Amino acid sequence: MSVLASFRDSSRAAPLLERIRARETGPVALMEFCGGHTVAIFRSGIRSVLPEHIRMLSGPGCPVCVTSNMDLDRAAALAKLPGVILTTYGDMLKVPGSRESLAQVRAQGYPVEIVYSTLDALRLAGQHPDKQIVFFAIGFETTAPAAAAAVLQARARGLKNFSICSVMKLTIPGARALLDMGEVRVQGVIGPGHVSSIIGADAWRFLPDVYRVPVAISGFEPLDILASIDALLAMLEKGNADLANLYSRIVKPGGNTKAWGAVTEVFETCASSWRGFGNIPDSGLALRPQYAEYDAEHRFPIDIPDSVEHPACRCGEVLRGVIEPVDCKVFGTACTPEQPLGPCMVSSEGSCAAYYNFHQSTHTKTRHATEQ
Amino acid sequence: MKHTHILLAHGSGGAMMHDLINDLFLPAFDNAELRKGNDQAVFEKQDGRLAFTTDSYVVQPLFFPGGCIGDLAVHGTINDLAVGGAMPLGLSVGMIIEEGLEIDTLRRIVQAMHTAARDAGVPIVTGDTKVVERGGCDKLFINTAGIGVIPDGVHIDGGSARPGDAILLSGRIGEHGIAVMSERRGVRFSTPVVTDSKPLHRLVQRMLAVCPDIRVMRDPTRGGLGATLNEIASQSTVGIEINEEALPITAEVQGACDLLGLDPLYLANEGALVAFVPETCADALLHAMRAMPEGEYACHIGNTIADMPGLVRMKTGIGGTRVIAMPSGEMLPRIC
Ligand code: SF4
Ligand code: SF4
Repeated sequence: MSVLASFRDSSRAAPLLERIRARETGPVALMEFCGGHTVAIFRSGIRSVLPEHIRMLSGPGCPVCVTSNMDLDRAAALAKLPGVILTTYGDMLKVPGSRESLAQVRAQGYPVEIVYSTLDALRLAGQHPDKQIVFFAIGFETTAPAAAAAVLQARARGLKNFSICSVMKLTIPGARALLDMGEVRVQGVIGPGHVSSIIGADAWRFLPDVYRVPVAISGFEPLDILASIDALLAMLEKGNADLANLYSRIVKPGGNTKAWGAVTEVFETCASSWRGFGNIPDSGLALRPQYAEYDAEHRFPIDIPDSVEHPACRCGEVLRGVIEPVDCKVFGTACTPEQPLGPCMVSSEGSCAAYYNFHQSTHTKTRHATEQ
Repeated sequence: MKHTHILLAHGSGGAMMHDLINDLFLPAFDNAELRKGNDQAVFEKQDGRLAFTTDSYVVQPLFFPGGCIGDLAVHGTINDLAVGGAMPLGLSVGMIIEEGLEIDTLRRIVQAMHTAARDAGVPIVTGDTKVVERGGCDKLFINTAGIGVIPDGVHIDGGSARPGDAILLSGRIGEHGIAVMSERRGVRFSTPVVTDSKPLHRLVQRMLAVCPDIRVMRDPTRGGLGATLNEIASQSTVGIEINEEALPITAEVQGACDLLGLDPLYLANEGALVAFVPETCADALLHAMRAMPEGEYACHIGNTIADMPGLVRMKTGIGGTRVIAMPSGEMLPRIC
């Protein structure tokens, strides 16, 4: 059996599920911060096998979803500047900003290019010396090293036409902000695997230490996630909050110091506005003054009109774990992956999209089908 | 040919265009029908019903592990005929070339088309070339159309699946999608994933010989197995239940999917077909399919059910269930 198959083997899932069902914790709500986990949980049908008293909440862990309309509007304005080619990751394109999405901006004839990596953006800069390539950088700690590497490379190669509009965010201040709000009761947290591989498992110690909330760092395989749920329940059963690193094949206690070193060389923390949360101090990454020439905000100062949200969209509450996507009135009706009103329905890691795509009882087609 | 790149004049209809056709296309596609130099191909009277299909190929990049836009265009059109039960008679090729394309690149692609058509035994009998200004298209677009004959007694139709039918898959899934994606993103895997692109008409003829009342057949190209199953579920108004553990996916494809955050169910395939067949034929069909190289990995992935018409559901490896929805938009790799 391949290594991979061994992480989704039904014969190994069954005893884990037995254990999960047998644990005496009473009703619990566990939150996965990471959008990748939300999708993996749906994709593997984990929700359908968990006992009812265990609720899984999805958190703010999708970088597309937490990007604020203000920042989206800024990206749209940058794309409309003469001589600028705006580049970004694909999912960003369909997110409706205050007035228009980047896809609509592109349809009007402004150059917006999807790139698969920062290196693609750098390559474009090399190919179009007469244009200014602006990379609209979203993401968490996981994507930051690639953005930092792009800046360092641009400097090394003397590229004068490459800059970054950074709206990258840090998960730890985001998680703190969520817990400080006290809106939702989270009894355990499934910690993000990829983020932790960069910043280290120990970065999450504050959860048990400060908030008394157990945390399990998890991989993305079904068995990884089941094992993490079991570990959280075990801690809850004993009443002790601790940190369990169940993704130690990738995540080290101290993380990847080399990658993080590049990030801190190029970026410093700044306040950042999160959809659903507002401004969170020290939760964003901005280019340091010595790299100002690669900072799009510095290079292209622009005024953008006040941002507005779609009145029906409840993405903010979905992202804070206060409501589930199905509680949003427009879910699956006015808001679908084809016609999204909010980012949570757009992003491949967004919770509304995950509910819509994988969840039987909430699926419009199911409703239609069972009516027959 | 003295030029190294395609110029607008290559599409002018003048001497340069003749050179291009005579030096590059004709020798590669050579066959009696084409050599006549007429404006149309002529087929003799046929027994059976005619099947006709067309598709345009705009894949980026032009070359990817295991293939290129050229053989893809040939296989794709053959397969569109094949899954209707038709034996292909001939193909047409329309090339829309962007000014500036290297002639060597074009030659390699034309050569690949030649090889693909020859190996499949399906001639390219007519063609057309246009050159558009730089920026007018992305390097090269190919349109292929094909004509084939469906033998009497064969009635394959997307609306014919019935509850209780067995669903067979002829090959492994996701390889083409990952091959193209890896080339596009410049990611390399330790064992490279190559496209599964291949013609399926011989496999289909063999299958029809074993079970003439195959109800539905389709090749899950863009949108992958997920989209195809959804199409058939709603065309035939049946429910579909498949089994994750039965799906043939290589560890390389699964690994790449995990890395990129993609779902193999929605990745494009170019050399696999799904068939909805009476349960009583399933075993004999599997046996016959596995005896052919293009059906080596054939397997029974699930069944149609009377419940929940229009819905596709999967039993997952850990014993749960999930809905397989119609994909929306292009599948994009995860951001982080
Ligand atoms: S950055 Fe990676 S770990 Fe974090 S939310 Fe996205 S997929 Fe999950
Ligand atoms: S259903 Fe649409 S509008 Fe409602 S929260 Fe989700 S994305 Fe926002």
